[in-house]
Amino acid sequence: MLAGGAATAVVATSHASARTGDRPAADPAPVKVSFKVNGERHDLTLDTRTTLLDALREHLHLTGTKKGCDHGQCGACTVLVDGVRINSCLSLAVMHEGDDVTTIEGLGTPEKLHPLQAAFVKHDGYQCGYCTPGQICSAVGVLDEIKRGVPSHVQADIAVSPAFSNLELRERMSGNICRCGAYSNIAEAIAEVAGEKA
Amino acid sequence: MKAFTYERAHDPVAAARAVAARPGARFIAGGTNLLDLMKIEVETPVHLVDVQDLKLDRIEPTDAGGLRIGALVTNTDLATDSRVRRDYGVLSRAIVAGASGQLRNKATTAGNLLQRTRCAYFYDTNMPCNKRKPGSGCAAIGGISRQLAVIGSSDKCIATHPSDMAVAMRVLDATVETVNAIGETRAIPIADFHRLPGDTPHIETALAPGELITAVTLPKPIGGKHVYEKVRDRASYAFALISVAAVIQPDGTGRVALGGVAHKPWRDEAAEAELPRGAKAVTAKLLAGAKPTHDNAFKLPLAERTLAAAMAEARTTA
Ligand SMILES: Cc1cc2nc3c(=O)[nH]c(=O)nc-3n(C[C@H](O)[C@H](O)[C@H](O)COP(=O)(O)OP(=O)(O)OC[C@H]3O[C@@H](n4cnc5c(N)ncnc54)[C@H](O)[C@@H]3O)c2cc1C
Ligand code: SF4
Repeated sequence: MLAGGAATAVVATSHASARTGDRPAADPAPVKVSFKVNGERHDLTLDTRTTLLDALREHLHLTGTKKGCDHGQCGACTVLVDGVRINSCLSLAVMHEGDDVTTIEGLGTPEKLHPLQAAFVKHDGYQCGYCTPGQICSAVGVLDEIKRGVPSHVQADIAVSPAFSNLELRERMSGNICRCGAYSNIAEAIAEVAGEKA
Repeated sequence: MKAFTYERAHDPVAAARAVAARPGARFIAGGTNLLDLMKIEVETPVHLVDVQDLKLDRIEPTDAGGLRIGALVTNTDLATDSRVRRDYGVLSRAIVAGASGQLRNKATTAGNLLQRTRCAYFYDTNMPCNKRKPGSGCAAIGGISRQLAVIGSSDKCIATHPSDMAVAMRVLDATVETVNAIGETRAIPIADFHRLPGDTPHIETALAPGELITAVTLPKPIGGKHVYEKVRDRASYAFALISVAAVIQPDGTGRVALGGVAHKPWRDEAAEAELPRGAKAVTAKLLAGAKPTHDNAFKLPLAERTLAAAMAEARTTA
């Protein structure tokens, strides 16, 4: 049985290689990669297919970062890499050599919450909570992007520096879906930290 | 996802050589489109060449008075650049009309131009699709085609190119610069970069296998009012049903390209001559010969109205 299975696998591989190039019969050797997560350096040896999201959750057991759609459509996997928010599901872990990753676990602790974490609690910015780590990491990124002058679709004049507003916030947070629909409370929480009214 | 080997390239020619040397090898930049498609095995590269270290992440002035945008400049950095916002506003506007903040932080200039169609059948490996599997047929023809092309399509494929950025690049007459495995460089006008589907919808651009995009250059600024108008099913974070990139001069002349209608950004310089006569006159010429499907015939009147809105905006914005 086993030998037959292996032979079938070899035949299947050579068929595929005619179309898409030579794929090695055996899986390629795992690859070493090192990056910092929440200030701590990690040396990992990973299958090249491992996404940054799976490296965080399955290998480093930092399960705060969530897997929603796994296709960049929901934002639950949002983390900060070198201070910039990205979807960790659409990024390979091996591409992050030397990077500095911040997840929800690195923003604050239960004893010492990040201001956005505290504001989400205060304003009840969730129901089930699944999207919350991504919402908060994304919000950290948004506030920094506004400070750095990154423009948005809702700006009347693209040439000027953006200012915080409810409209700006909603547009900039549109990559984070909340299936419970806690958006108005999320907006209030972020606005409070930005020092504005939602 | 199929297994693959991975390397990080350190100079452009070496990267091109690494991809050209192995059938089934691919460049990976931001990864936001390629990895998405690898997960569902629509893309099955055997080897990935990571281009992030190629130092192609700068925006520099050209001798001709324009800008050279490195292939690896992120969509966020490009939209934020003060020269782009001042002189090529339509480009900033088109970029921020697309995807989400997180995605734009990763998406690159080259990767955005090379993103693949969002045709649902292209994504569904159980369905025939000539683009994914040449010769298998096209499930969209006679299927659900609301999002798909109304012009320039063929009986093999009616997909659209989904990029917003590319529509602005077309209206600005950008040029795509490349290098190949033996160090030869090319400059491809954006008009010739994306292809119509014809009989080979799987061949989408003028690039040869292993040819690396190094930069996209913009000619010197042309002034005018810069507008990007995008109509979609929700207010944000959705692909265009119709989009209009326009640069309108004070005398009412200008340039227009449409997104969401074809396999490439759709522009016809002859139709632009009709701009002073209004949106109806322009779209009548620009979309002459359109062959919409039952599902997407609405795109023709929508294109006219979206252009009218863009022209009205150009008249009112400061
Ligand atoms: C949920 C979602 C919503 C989106 N919405 C929009 C939208 O509304 N509008 C829009 O325009 N886009 C949208 N996008 C698409 C997004 O803009 C693209 O995924 C992104 O621009 C691709 O860039 P990248 O650098 O990540 O490309 P990659 O995924 O790294 O690469 C894409 C392709 O380009 C090739 N490539 C990359 N760099 C080079 C190079 N230098 N030379 C030659 N080949 C190269 C790769 O081999 C690959 O084939 C959306 C994406 C997602 C996931
Ligand atoms: S329209 Fe093109 S991409 Fe869509 S199913 Fe047909 S061949 Fe495939």
